[in-house]
Amino acid sequence: MNAGGEPLLHFAAFEKLWGGLENVKHIEPETASPGRVRGWTSGRPQRFGDRIFSNLTLIFALVIVGILFGFVVILNIDAIPAISKFGLSFLGSSSWDPVKEQFGALPAIYGTLLSSLIGLVIAVPISLGAAIFLVEMAPSWLKGTASFLIEMLAAIPSVIIGLWGLFVLVPLVRSPVESWLGSKLGFLPLFQGPPFGVGFLAAGIILAIMVIPIITAVSRDAIRAVPDSQREAMMALGATPWETIRRAVLPYCRSGLVGAVILGLGRALGETMAITMVIGNSYALTASLFSPGATIASKIASEFSEATGGVFIGSLVELALVLFAVTLLINIVARLLIWRMTAVKAPIE
Amino acid sequence: MTIVNNLVNDKTQCEPKEYIAGFEGKKGILEVQDLSAWYGNTLAIKHIGMSIKSQLITAIIGPSGCGKSTFIRCLNRLHEVSHGGRVEGCVLLDGKDIYARDVDPVILRQRIGMVFQKPTPFPTMSVFDNVAAGLRLTRLWTRRWELAEIVEGSLRQAALWDEVKDKLNQSGASLSGGQQQRLCIARALAVEPEIILLDEPCSALDPAATLKIEELMRSLAKQYTIVIVTHNMQQAARVSDIAAFLMTDSDRAGVLVEYGQTSQLFTNPKDKRTEDYITGRFG
Amino acid sequence: MLGLSSAAAGFGVLILALILGYIVVHGIAFLNLDFLTQAAKPVGEAGGGMRNEILGTIILIVLASVFGLPVGLMAGIFLAEFASPRAASAVRFMADILAGVPSIVVGVFAYAIMVRPMHSYSALSAGVALAIIIVPIVARTAEESLRLVPNSMREAALALGITRWRAVVGVIIPGAITGIVTGIMLAIARIAGETAPLIFTALGSSFGFQGLLKPIGALPLQIFRYAMSPYPDWHQQAWAGAFVLIMLVLGISVLVRWISNRRRI
Repeated sequence: MNAGGEPLLHFAAFEKLWGGLENVKHIEPETASPGRVRGWTSGRPQRFGDRIFSNLTLIFALVIVGILFGFVVILNIDAIPAISKFGLSFLGSSSWDPVKEQFGALPAIYGTLLSSLIGLVIAVPISLGAAIFLVEMAPSWLKGTASFLIEMLAAIPSVIIGLWGLFVLVPLVRSPVESWLGSKLGFLPLFQGPPFGVGFLAAGIILAIMVIPIITAVSRDAIRAVPDSQREAMMALGATPWETIRRAVLPYCRSGLVGAVILGLGRALGETMAITMVIGNSYALTASLFSPGATIASKIASEFSEATGGVFIGSLVELALVLFAVTLLINIVARLLIWRMTAVKAPIE
Repeated sequence: MTIVNNLVNDKTQCEPKEYIAGFEGKKGILEVQDLSAWYGNTLAIKHIGMSIKSQLITAIIGPSGCGKSTFIRCLNRLHEVSHGGRVEGCVLLDGKDIYARDVDPVILRQRIGMVFQKPTPFPTMSVFDNVAAGLRLTRLWTRRWELAEIVEGSLRQAALWDEVKDKLNQSGASLSGGQQQRLCIARALAVEPEIILLDEPCSALDPAATLKIEELMRSLAKQYTIVIVTHNMQQAARVSDIAAFLMTDSDRAGVLVEYGQTSQLFTNPKDKRTEDYITGRFG
Repeated sequence: MLGLSSAAAGFGVLILALILGYIVVHGIAFLNLDFLTQAAKPVGEAGGGMRNEILGTIILIVLASVFGLPVGLMAGIFLAEFASPRAASAVRFMADILAGVPSIVVGVFAYAIMVRPMHSYSALSAGVALAIIIVPIVARTAEESLRLVPNSMREAALALGITRWRAVVGVIIPGAITGIVTGIMLAIARIAGETAPLIFTALGSSFGFQGLLKPIGALPLQIFRYAMSPYPDWHQQAWAGAFVLIMLVLGISVLVRWISNRRRI
């Protein structure tokens, strides 16, 4: 055993064989916080086991980075047949002819933007209202349950919402909604055309349902982060609860709210299954909300199984590349906004 | 990020300077020579030198913020784990510098154990597993019956066995504060150290639990070297044989003001600063 | 004005109730033992079930876990225990970006790196696609859970003379295990319902499990195909399939919530 420590010293010699004992160098920290143990980040691990383990974790962490770069590289490579054939005109063309190998992304881009816009127009007021309710108005017994239920909505798989959308929402949109809108507001190009049911309107509503949870959750966190002192100051001036919210709370967390909406937008842009099931799959630029259409995601999903040939597949991959780039940009912007909001909050607290 | 070479004494070898009469052949003797420690660029303690003898209780006392905890964490090389922790000087364990190039801090910490201010039993482990944790995680393999012997022995030494012998499988966090602290002591004892460092072990405990731990320390001192940091002067007077008084200097770094037999330090301090502290004029 | 807010929140809950309500009603109506135990019948024949697809989903979940959990967990451990602050924020940022990539793009990527070179749709490629989706989720939840373990625990372990890696594996990870497990369960609930990546990788199959290198059917994929088909018989089966799927997904989510609430107390 360890009466005089000798066996342990032998073990130390064993470790020495593996070069486990070396200088203990350590890295000058950027933020030295005297007295606070910042976990284990000081000192490179000396022992063999430590080094192997920490290097192993590093390798796996680098896999994440590798996957991301892989996305960029592979998507670009596989899109080359289309990029080289069409160049930038791909983004402006409306054709989709597998026989003549002419492809264009414009209707898909238009469809993506239009459906997301409709979705956000519907979702943002509802989400904001729900978030305000959850933070400012709900009694405490209700807060947890209501939040939980809205999170449940987020957990429902897209294909199931699509199923519901196809068999429940679309008939509703076709009969009461679109016919009513068509008869009353049919002079607007927005509401012209036969009420198929499937189309941009239904797609927009479905998208709204899908992004409400995420916008609500992030907005709720943003509103919650507003310090009470802001509310109290406003109320001391004699403001009503609604005025307090409108003038003190919401402006304070504005960037967080914008970030929430942008995150929702990012989600909406990438949404595939539910959209594919309710958008009707037609590839043309129309002004009417009633008409069927396509989004980038739905186009890729519906055409991929029949795609043959380098240019065809390349076009679909290029669509995916466009989607990847756009959602990447949007997510970065959203995160910066949200990060900025949490950073601003701290010094004032 | 710049790389700072910190702990390697490649200048001169650290030689044991003090001839410690009456302690030849005994294990667990620490000799501190000119020890200074930094957090990043902030100097925390400077030029501290003392000997810590075995089978005695040495108390480190002083006002809060004077670097007592920093000092004691330099003794088991825990200071360097803190962000920006850096050390200069020598600490000799039985004549060998613990900051030497070829010393493995992991093994060193098995010879110098530590108990912290806030009792930290591992919450996901049972009482038995807590005491055995040091053994299980430092050996390649262990046998249950071997462990059982050692666990019981450590719990007895920590004066906790009778209270937990029927609860060995309960979570470590289910014990009272004082029991948890004794559990941490038992856990440290199980690894069979020579020296036990205690960083304000009683400050989170009630007086009854505190008394128990003080008795425990006296009984442990027969076998181990004990170093205790305390801000409670009465405790230091009750419990320790040797006391070291630390205080911050004008540049806000801790220095060793006086060091000697507890009875003598408290009744007849040599330095005026010590006298002021003892009589409560500050601190 | 405030009344509108309550209405908005109520609307969200209402929609949820509507969707779930329809699924339960339609799903249960068409759900029977045959559905769970039989394979799909060819077009025109009545009856049949989604046994193979349910099995397919389970197989894909296992595959995705085999590939994705080690990567995610080790990356999470890296972020929490071994990374310098700068490296940690860089990797964390990348993980968050990866989490935001639309699942259809992940499917196209998996198609490009696996299906194309192998000249065949396969369960393996689907597993890889789903693994890519769960890696960032597991990594971030593991990191958050590990960070919640107080530093005093790390110090106490170090002071016993335990090496860093054994302390992480033997003390810190057990201390964070609840959070880690719930993170894994949430990730699994997520991929159980993913369809888009499967279109390009698993393809779906009329036969049962034929091996990892062959196409495979999965529950969400079958729901999609049946829903888009013109046959009312298949529509009914789609509802039943949706019921099974939602029970699985919501069941896991509720379980996760229950576990986290228990632990907090």
